[in-house]
Amino acid sequence: MSAAATPVARRRPRVGRLNNLLVIVLVLIAAYVIIAIPSGDQAQQQFVNAVTIGAIYALIALGYTMVYGIIELINFAHGEIFMCGSFVSWWLLTTLGFSGAISDPILLIGVLILAFAVSMVVMGIVGVVIERLAYRRLRNAPRLAPLITAIGVSFILQNIVFVVVSNSIVTTPQIIPNTQLALGPISINLINLFVIVLAVGLMVALQLFIGRTRLGRAMRSTAIDRDAAQLMGVDINTTIALTFFIGSALAGAAGVVQGLYFGITVFNIGFQAGLKAFTAAVLGGIGNTTGAALGGFVIGFLEVISSVWGQGRWSEAVVFGMLVLVLVFRPTGILGQQLADRA
Amino acid sequence: MSGGSRAETSAGGTGQARNAPPVRPAWRLALARVDALLGRHQSITIVLGLAIVAALLPQIVLLPPFNGFGTQKDFIGGFADAGVFVLLAIGLNVVVGFAGLLDLGYAAFFAIGAYTYAYGASPFSGLDIPFWPMLLVGAIVASMFGVLLGAPTLRLRGDYLAIVTLGFGEIVPVVFLNSDKYTNGTNGIVGLSQPSLYGLFGISGFGFTNPWPYFVTVVAIIAVAFIFLYRLQDSRIGRAWVAIREDELAAASMGINTVTTKLLAFSIGASTSGLAGVFYASKLSIVSPDQFGFTVSFTALAMVVLGGMGNIWGVAAGAFVVYEIQSQGLKQLGSFVQSLNVPTFALGPLSVNLGSINFINFQYLLYGLALVAMMLLRPEGLFPSRRRRSELHETPDEAAESNEELVQA
Repeated sequence: MSAAATPVARRRPRVGRLNNLLVIVLVLIAAYVIIAIPSGDQAQQQFVNAVTIGAIYALIALGYTMVYGIIELINFAHGEIFMCGSFVSWWLLTTLGFSGAISDPILLIGVLILAFAVSMVVMGIVGVVIERLAYRRLRNAPRLAPLITAIGVSFILQNIVFVVVSNSIVTTPQIIPNTQLALGPISINLINLFVIVLAVGLMVALQLFIGRTRLGRAMRSTAIDRDAAQLMGVDINTTIALTFFIGSALAGAAGVVQGLYFGITVFNIGFQAGLKAFTAAVLGGIGNTTGAALGGFVIGFLEVISSVWGQGRWSEAVVFGMLVLVLVFRPTGILGQQLADRA
Repeated sequence: MSGGSRAETSAGGTGQARNAPPVRPAWRLALARVDALLGRHQSITIVLGLAIVAALLPQIVLLPPFNGFGTQKDFIGGFADAGVFVLLAIGLNVVVGFAGLLDLGYAAFFAIGAYTYAYGASPFSGLDIPFWPMLLVGAIVASMFGVLLGAPTLRLRGDYLAIVTLGFGEIVPVVFLNSDKYTNGTNGIVGLSQPSLYGLFGISGFGFTNPWPYFVTVVAIIAVAFIFLYRLQDSRIGRAWVAIREDELAAASMGINTVTTKLLAFSIGASTSGLAGVFYASKLSIVSPDQFGFTVSFTALAMVVLGGMGNIWGVAAGAFVVYEIQSQGLKQLGSFVQSLNVPTFALGPLSVNLGSINFINFQYLLYGLALVAMMLLRPEGLFPSRRRRSELHETPDEAAESNEELVQA
């Protein structure tokens, strides 16, 4: 473009969001060193659990926040995408004949890549199909219509799995071996390390994609002003479909992680997980992808803290109480909404 | 409603007078007169209408094919349960249909009403307050919780409200489940007192073996709720709700206090749900947390959307039909398919035996499909309110009308 426009654009801290993400990671590491390590093994383990659970919520929350940012729809079906992703990986791993840990590292990596690739692509396509069939026609309808449709889609997905696949808890193969690693003072289980590294890696990739690529710019401009973006030559339908694809793929990845980490899945996990991930998205500031990551970790800590205090059965109430408090006192979330608020 | 119908008939009359001499058969005049009369006496219309429905239903189930599905008594008990959902649906209709707020935690108020009755009249609490005042208490307690939840959240945008109510709907059963000391936890509270009329009207008592008094009671409660809601709908408040639903900013600039008005819708919806809860608890004689999950809220929403948001009669009909399909239809479909003795289809490794399918499992799948299909194809519902229909199909209707006028001129 013109030479005059470039410096103006350059002055804006484009990588600022990535810096935020790095800050979150650094804060987590610092907290681990300062708080968890002196408090003993138990605290270390709980800290790592909290971060791991938080990473799963963050992956789901990203999809909520992206879709909300771009078409202002609470995609209630997103939690069910996560659930379906866990079933896709369960189906794949059991079909391939795995039932326990894989000790051969090369085979393990290959199977992991395959499981994530299949689940992410399948769920991404499912997300695009849902958008095409259910949401696109309602883009300019009264606000209630797409919300009710989203609830309907969520029940459709949940009950397809309920009727077709299984109506009870399914055991998924935990293919990552249960090995405790010692990295200097940090002691961490392989699965925890894997989940955290994977989640942070996916988040960084997403930030780079949104911040640095042409398609990412199209997504940002569509979120700010759909009509203006269209006038500037952005293909709105493709951009929204892409948003759904990426968000759903991340939820699919979270679904695989659910299976690997907890070893179980069931047709109705999507509802609770979706609600908590949405809380995470709101907590961080809806429409803000870094905020979603932050919110996910906060929710993870809340859950682990309430279960450490022996009040695990109240953890849901704590999370939703948190949601109400945030919405009432700071509806823009901790980091604020980066995307335009047109309501 | 009544005002609208009169306006339409008169408009039709002048239109005809301009173009052709009005030839109206006597029966149409009589019908118009009855219509006008009923329109003027709305409450009597409601009572008459419900009385006719309530009198016909027990007769219809004696006819084939319904008499093959169960005894009249079974059906009457089922109708009384359906009445609970009718109450839930017309209450939710105030929130979703009139005010345009999506309440996804509606079952919470149902639970609160039911537990209120459980506290008022069970061995668990040691109290035995009669059913009739408890109806009112349940409604009031539920509406108070509606205000408590609504006051902080109704300032938020509509879709945040949906998620907050969803969270609330999740929390309330969790609270009832976990507060063992006060709610007896997962076992619930049992042995709730049944309503009594103290021998009035020669009715000895409500009981598990005799569903008739419950049926009559629920019809009476529905009639009262109908009258109340119809009068509200035509009142200043009802118009304020519609204004907020259509354009909150415009409504606020016309001097409507949007927060108070929305709060009113929320609490009135909650109170209807509380009423339903008290009745439900008294009929079942037991309350436990698992009766009030998200599926109840979802079912009520499906009923409202199917019936036609904003239309009280439509929503009530939708609720009744959906409830009967869920409680009777799917079961009968299952036994019908089984009786056909369809051979097992086998396509390679896939084999499908239609007779072994449990159709009741498909209930929520069907609701989900129905919600999506309705929103995409017929957002005004199966029995739309006149106002909604005109809003949603504004352009084609108006275009057609102006075309007609052009042709006629």
